[in-house]
Amino acid sequence: MPTFNDFLILLPEAYLTVAACVILLMDAFLKGGQRVAIHWLSIIVLLVGAWLVIDGQPATAVSGFSGMFIRDPVAEILKVFSLLTTALMFIYSRGYLRDRNINEGEYYALTLFAVIGIMVLVSAGSLVTVYLGLELLTLSSYALVALNRDSKLSSEAAIKYFVLGALASGMLLYGMSMIYGATHSLDLATILHVQNVEWRNLMLFGVVFAIVGIGFKLGAAPFHMWIPDVYQGAPTAVTIFIGTAQKIAAFGMAYRLLDSGLGAYAHEWRMMLAVLAVLSLAIGNLLAIVQTNLKRLLAYSTISHMGFLLLGLVEANPAGYSAAMFYAISYALTSAAAFGIILAMSRAGFECEEIDDFKGLNQRSPWFAFLMMLVMFSLAGVPPLFGFFGKLLVLQSAIDAGFLWLAVVGAVFAIIGLYYYLRVVKVMYFDAPVEGTDVRAQPDMPLRFVLSLNALALLALGIAWGPLFAWCQRAFGITA
Amino acid sequence: MITLAHFIVLGAVLFCIAVAGVFINRKNVIVLLMAIELMLLAVNINFVAFSRFLGDVQGQVFVFFILTVAAAESAIGLAILTLLFRNRSTINVAEIDSMKG
Repeated sequence: MPTFNDFLILLPEAYLTVAACVILLMDAFLKGGQRVAIHWLSIIVLLVGAWLVIDGQPATAVSGFSGMFIRDPVAEILKVFSLLTTALMFIYSRGYLRDRNINEGEYYALTLFAVIGIMVLVSAGSLVTVYLGLELLTLSSYALVALNRDSKLSSEAAIKYFVLGALASGMLLYGMSMIYGATHSLDLATILHVQNVEWRNLMLFGVVFAIVGIGFKLGAAPFHMWIPDVYQGAPTAVTIFIGTAQKIAAFGMAYRLLDSGLGAYAHEWRMMLAVLAVLSLAIGNLLAIVQTNLKRLLAYSTISHMGFLLLGLVEANPAGYSAAMFYAISYALTSAAAFGIILAMSRAGFECEEIDDFKGLNQRSPWFAFLMMLVMFSLAGVPPLFGFFGKLLVLQSAIDAGFLWLAVVGAVFAIIGLYYYLRVVKVMYFDAPVEGTDVRAQPDMPLRFVLSLNALALLALGIAWGPLFAWCQRAFGITA
Repeated sequence: MITLAHFIVLGAVLFCIAVAGVFINRKNVIVLLMAIELMLLAVNINFVAFSRFLGDVQGQVFVFFILTVAAAESAIGLAILTLLFRNRSTINVAEIDSMKG
């Protein structure tokens, strides 16, 4: 039977669920100018949620509801950063939603439900909680992608995302049913310790399907088909969610399923992940070169970044996981800033998403051009920015895992990737503005301020990356 | 005598039909939604069969969760479908191709 203590473990999630319902009600009852309260309340709710996660964090891992829900330091870090990046996204998105007449209340409530899904997913201790957390996250995301109701691209992106996402969930579930059949258990900790599995082939079958599901959710090639269309078609205020918090969640899901559940089969899934990593690096970096739409370019860049993240996972030990988690966080913060700049440059009736729209940005708004340059360098992995150390750590962990060839492939594609990031910088600084795009963007004050902080943090965290990495290492039980 | 293997094969066949339905179908988005439902039902057969033959009730409980989520999923799928039809006046899969590359 669940005890009071079980609910205490669940406090941040329970709090966010109540808060999301309150925000949904406020959206129904508030009118006109009062609705700005929903915006600020949502941000406060997220920050208080992050505080509850940190404040109530027990010193060691605890589990509730008969092991279905685990609260450990790994979940703590993943939750804090998904809450923080979502708060950043709310601040960046306000003007964009207002200019396009998108219903703000639904946007905030759906995003909060998706965040609860992320929190359940990264704390999952059983196949049931993995599935429920994942579905709460993805079902909310489908609705979010379709939020711009009158846009053809938005509804097309939503149906593509829905069909491929549901297919991925189906694959994952099929794998789960095989794992259940082979181990007689849904509990991840029990699955990990089952000795002499009766039907080893059935189990391996399940592992393959689980990898397919994880690959889809990460957006690793060859399961990346949905990423470019969804990134381009979704409203930018939603794309930023798929590019940041969802990537942190996908890492959490991969860690829970592969390490906490299928750790005994690491020898088999490491090779599969290595193949996914190489394909993602190749397809992501090569196809990004030919893109003219910045959101689509960032989509292919996401695919290549997921390839790098997988380099950390192939080591299949705490050192590799901490490198991969550090990478996921550095990628989420960098891509939050990248989409933040696109949101800041857009205005009513104008989506600043073609690379040509950034021509001569340095002459119009030198500060934003500078921030964009920092972001692009961080994505490319230029020292001393945040993204560089993420790449360094995952390449190192691939070498430690004995996959030297994989690290070489990663380094080669990192250099190829430099080309398309530098092209954006070149366009901003050395090209003349195109007619019609040379109106100065006038983003609101909070956006300017937080976006500047976000982009400068990439520089600051790049120089002082030690404490964050030490935090990640401690979470996986490595004491430096 | 119907054994566990029969159920697993039935589940596998239904699953394959569903995946084929998603990939081969080029006509109608509603058929895609049906294929997705079929896929979840194939999984349910697997869970119930394992649960019955292993004498463990957890699998059947999981089936309840899957059924509930499947209902929510088709609700959202149909909502997106009506949106798509309103914006484009077609639900032909082959015509949903304004984004490429």
